[in-house]
Amino acid sequence: MAADGHADGLGAITRQQVEDFLFAEAELLDEWKLAEWLALFDEERGSFFIPTTDAPDADPNTSLYLIADDMTRLRTRVEQLLSGLTWAENPKSRTNHMVTNVRIAGREGEALLVRANFVVFRMRFQNVDPYIGKYYYKLLPRDGTFKILERRAVLDLEALRPHGKVSFIV
Amino acid sequence: MLDGSNTAALINDDREEGLFRVHRSVFVDREIFELERRLVFDRSWLFAGHISEFPKRGDFITRHVGGRPLILVHSDDGEVRALLNTCRHRGNLVCRDLKGSGAEHFRCFYHGWIYNTRGELKGVPGEEAYSDAFDREALGLEPVPRMHNHRGLIFVAFDPEIETFASYMGDALPVIDNTLDLGDMEFVEGQFKYSMRANWKLLVENSMDGYHAAFTHERFATHFMPAMGMRELDFMRRGPPGTRRGGDTRPLGNGHVTGGYPSPDRPMHPSVAFLEKFAGDEMEAYRQKLVQQHGQERANLIEGGAGNYLIFPNLIIIDGWRVFRTFFPTSPDYMEINGWACLPREDTPGLRKARLEWYLGFQGPGGFATPDDVEGLEGCQMGFAAHKEVEWSDISRGMKGNTAGGPGELQMRVFWREWNARITTGRHAPYTGD
Repeated sequence: MAADGHADGLGAITRQQVEDFLFAEAELLDEWKLAEWLALFDEERGSFFIPTTDAPDADPNTSLYLIADDMTRLRTRVEQLLSGLTWAENPKSRTNHMVTNVRIAGREGEALLVRANFVVFRMRFQNVDPYIGKYYYKLLPRDGTFKILERRAVLDLEALRPHGKVSFIV
Repeated sequence: MLDGSNTAALINDDREEGLFRVHRSVFVDREIFELERRLVFDRSWLFAGHISEFPKRGDFITRHVGGRPLILVHSDDGEVRALLNTCRHRGNLVCRDLKGSGAEHFRCFYHGWIYNTRGELKGVPGEEAYSDAFDREALGLEPVPRMHNHRGLIFVAFDPEIETFASYMGDALPVIDNTLDLGDMEFVEGQFKYSMRANWKLLVENSMDGYHAAFTHERFATHFMPAMGMRELDFMRRGPPGTRRGGDTRPLGNGHVTGGYPSPDRPMHPSVAFLEKFAGDEMEAYRQKLVQQHGQERANLIEGGAGNYLIFPNLIIIDGWRVFRTFFPTSPDYMEINGWACLPREDTPGLRKARLEWYLGFQGPGGFATPDDVEGLEGCQMGFAAHKEVEWSDISRGMKGNTAGGPGELQMRVFWREWNARITTGRHAPYTGD
């Protein structure tokens, strides 16, 4: 029986395991190893969301979002970033993903709910712009690591000003 | 000191030769920026918001428009008001929330003065300290000098002498109405609030620009569209005159202009193909309702849309994605941008979802197109650091009726001619076409 009273393996997962996973993910993103990053997602059901700065709890089916990618869209997003045709990231921004305040928040069905805080610094054309917010993950334990079912980045910024865009993977 | 009269040399408009050039100092000069504040933004009808953002009595939003902090409120008497968000006592922002509902009053926390939702001053703590000259009734929240509600679109003006809204709109109202006739329109929840480190006039140009799409937005055409199972787009293709592809750019008077005037002959915008693919039955049902309501020909016009159009100085409406966009400069090299999706309330769930998916595929700071526009315009602004040596931008495409070679730049010339007239004469340009 796991520490949280459930008979499955989710309760045995430690925060350090989750942190290790998130820190490794951050490194992939900073190194622009986007194909490897994409492989972290559940191939069919993975998703990536960034709500607008003024409506963090809105429903993407009825409300505007900054990013609401299923795997089809996420795949083409990565391909576009790697193609050189994403002028907003060609040349690539330097980024530094700082991930902190990581905690396991519970479970939802087969998925582990994980929360973290982030500041991602983007350095581009002599500007340094911080993207500040919270990550909400749904992680599926698999083969000693995780597959991402849902990755949600909720910005605490009041607006993307002066950032202007979120063209890289935050 | 520039007073406007010596700025005529900044626009080089040679209709005979077919050459149009803009002096790049207009994108960096502080004095020009101040002239614009006085002669463009303070002498125009400016878009402030949509009634759907504060639909019920007691609802309100706060927003900066033309540099002023405003409260847009649906008062208890059912009236819509645009109030300047500054206490009549000593100036504090009275309403400090971005939005709210069920408001019965606005209370300035500084000294406790209370205004009702009509802006009337209803409470002054310690009022007995004032002499008889103190007149509470004269100290309500100041309304903007002029306001107009056109079918839910709220416009304001900071010139009390400005012409009527209808007169200002020139021939643009039928085009706006074409957009609004799609249904019972609302601004969808979720607003794009972003910026560019670039002069605001660059975004006017970019929003109306057909020529850049094939290059700046190559990845949208060659990656996103095929990923969605759609055909690659050919942005450079120019069709017969009078059709959307023919680039039927039409000045609408007073600096307003549309690239792609609604025409029954026009091929449908790719948005229609996308919606048919992902919400086919619901799209068909919606189309039937439009046809019943307006007849086949009119329904085609409404569904196909009017392309990208500008309501001078800074309201951009993009029918292909149902974008409403405004942008205000805070300095010559920085602007704050607001983007909304204006969609029909009566959309069925699958159709609404498809419209949003189409929207996100292109628009917004996280979309597959807008970020590259941001990049391009910020790059232009960086290039303007050399404006003393490289003085002129060329905006001559398609002059003298030349329809070869893909999209033209008439839309931009219309804007610049009006801008130039405002800055040099304080009045509308009498004629903005080529």
